[in-house]
Amino acid sequence: MANNLMLVKFFIASESIFFIMLILAYVNFHGSVTDGPTAKSSLNPYVTGIFSLFLLASSFTVWLAGKNLRNKNHRMMKFWILATILLGATFIFGQGLEWAGLIDKNITISRNVFGTTFFTLTGFHGFHVCVGLLMLTLLLGLAMFGDFKGPRSDAVECVSLYWHFVDGVWIVVFSVIYLWAFL
Amino acid sequence: MSSRIPIVPENTEPLPRLRENEGMLSWVASVDHKQIGIMYLICCMVFFLIGGLEALLIRIQLAQPEFGFLSPEVYNQMFTMHGTTMIFFVVMPFLIGVGVYLVPLMIGARDMAFPRLNALSFWLFVFGGILIYYSFLTQSGAPDVGWFAYSPLSEKPFSLNKGPTYWALGLLATGIGSVASGLNNVVTILTMRTPGMTMRRLPLFVWMILVTSFLLIFVIPIITSAFAMMLLDRLLGATFFTPAHGGSAILWQHFFWGFGHPEVYILILPAFGIISEVIPVFSRKPIYGYEFVAGSTVAIGLLSLGVWVHHMFAVGLGDVTNLYFSFASMLIAIPTGVKVLNWVATMWGGKIIFATPMLFATAFIIEFVIGGLTGVAIASVPIDWVVTDSYFIVAHFHYALFGGSLFAIFAGVYYWFPKFTGRMMSETLGKWHFWLTVIGFNLTFFIQHFLGMMGMPRRTYTYHDFPYWGSMNLISTIGAIVLAVSVLVFVWNILQSLKRGEKAGGNPWNAWTLEWATTSPPAVHNFDLVPPVRGRRPLWDLAHPDMPDEPDAKVV
Ligand code: HEM
Ligand SMILES: [Cu+2]
Repeated sequence: MANNLMLVKFFIASESIFFIMLILAYVNFHGSVTDGPTAKSSLNPYVTGIFSLFLLASSFTVWLAGKNLRNKNHRMMKFWILATILLGATFIFGQGLEWAGLIDKNITISRNVFGTTFFTLTGFHGFHVCVGLLMLTLLLGLAMFGDFKGPRSDAVECVSLYWHFVDGVWIVVFSVIYLWAFL
Repeated sequence: MSSRIPIVPENTEPLPRLRENEGMLSWVASVDHKQIGIMYLICCMVFFLIGGLEALLIRIQLAQPEFGFLSPEVYNQMFTMHGTTMIFFVVMPFLIGVGVYLVPLMIGARDMAFPRLNALSFWLFVFGGILIYYSFLTQSGAPDVGWFAYSPLSEKPFSLNKGPTYWALGLLATGIGSVASGLNNVVTILTMRTPGMTMRRLPLFVWMILVTSFLLIFVIPIITSAFAMMLLDRLLGATFFTPAHGGSAILWQHFFWGFGHPEVYILILPAFGIISEVIPVFSRKPIYGYEFVAGSTVAIGLLSLGVWVHHMFAVGLGDVTNLYFSFASMLIAIPTGVKVLNWVATMWGGKIIFATPMLFATAFIIEFVIGGLTGVAIASVPIDWVVTDSYFIVAHFHYALFGGSLFAIFAGVYYWFPKFTGRMMSETLGKWHFWLTVIGFNLTFFIQHFLGMMGMPRRTYTYHDFPYWGSMNLISTIGAIVLAVSVLVFVWNILQSLKRGEKAGGNPWNAWTLEWATTSPPAVHNFDLVPPVRGRRPLWDLAHPDMPDEPDAKVV
């Protein structure tokens, strides 16, 4: 059934609009902070950059999982799904560290428009990563019980499509928040 | 009939469904698109009565200058809840519901592509409605900041009560449901058509639902994200839309109308679809210029995305911006005009049968043209500066929404009621309903054009005793009471016809689209056999093999 894939593609298109709006809100207020923290004064592009690499790598591993599914290599598929989960979780861990550090310095969502737009944008992205992790874990669990023997599975393809999307959104978010402030 | 081909089964695994005679539970648990469609219609009817009651209270308060029937606080809640209800819980779900019921039947499918998702959409809509109306029971009362919830009025410092929070949460839930049904419709229409049903043979109603569904997918997230931001502002102290803390109130307006303008096309395109089905059948002629009717829909859908600033001419965004958006708004009149011409050309020289659906469809054309003309007028910046936020605007959008969408909905109910229930609606009561609606509607709203030009502002709970204002408002209120009576006649007609309407049979109107090829109401599995589709009017081709619409078409 091609239906499921089509559904996910249009769903991703819809979610893209959602993120574009959050990004527009961030862009709209960029540079309008007159006092209090800004991206430049409070973020660390290197640490976040390194944690971003984990997320980018997970796009690669999820692709490998799909490839092994098509080759009917059940064991390796499970391995690469697990690797994807670990990489994604590391990214979320990094985001948690970053947030905790900011909140320690009393930079919160209610501090000023930078805080408002920063936490909203990264928060909704992190939420999407968590939903993806949940679905990947579900896939892994089902695979343990013998599902997804290949060569095709809508579930695996849909989740990996979604995961690539979450990754792509992060590239844009990272560029808008970090590269814009520090380059 | 030997030329019939068996239906292609889509759902290989049977869907979980309770057997008949299990009462209410079989409805609550249903994933059948027809049952879900009917539930949409019933819920919309209930919300329509509630929203209508609110409108009546508003009009009674305005019947006399300096009247004290409602307190200002209650008045604010009434106009907010009336607008919100009519747009999000009556017209929009009604059109979605008719679509859910008819789309699979019209394309010869067994059900929607994702029946469970379909049920989820419906229940999210119900949940959102309950959430919003629950706010009446809270201490602080219902939302009272208008259906556009302009900031900073809707922000914490100005609105400490919980109403706007409930408003955003409820609409968030229904919005997610609407995206889901948009997705479901698109996949269903693109992948589940019966063999032979090419895109160029799609019934026009299905075309319009398709374009509307694309709008749902791409436009609802605009407002969903804005709702999320508003909720963060109200609940966590974020400052997106509070200028006092660095936020931007104009940004809310951009986000709201970036959604809000396309939304009015979500409310009117399926209505165009209904009209495009009804007019040919009751004129006994194929639609004139099918390609133009379908194509102009796509044009309208695309254009509607780029005109939102015409709701913000008075903000002061600068002449260049205003000029561009004024011009773009006026462009929409072209594809809309094309549609009107096609409908009129379809009626031209036809053997018109003025049954109730056709009466409403004809009135639709006239009322909607008035709404469209005032629309073009206010798309011109200087005129808008004069009449914006006055009763002229109220008149404009009621001609578009009531005279347009709602008249089409009435036409649709009379047209498809036999299909939904197996019984005809009473023509006598239908004619009463029609005339009372036409008279009440024009009495209520036409005069508001003049009130607006004389400067009566909207969203104020009373007015001074200026010359003629009292009498003109009284006329408007009398019109509203006539409308209330007409709605009662409508409800009575539905209830009576359900019990003792005459039996409809499969195809009482001699119509041509596939939903009429099965029994009324359709069996659980929709069709035993789907007739072959060789043209745009499969049932015509079946009945007149000697003069088919597309003489040399083959079944694919
Ligand atoms: C030819 C097409 C149309 C044009 C050029 C047009 C133009 C406009 C303009 C310029 C406004 C803003 C007035 C103001 O606030 O100062 C407006 C308001 C409105 N229009 Fe239209 N319109 C058109 C069709 C429609 C349709 C089809 C609908 C609904 C089905 C509709 C519903 C509304 C509503 C609800 C408002 C009021 C929004 C509010 O402020 O609460 N219009 N229209
Ligand atoms: Cu508009």
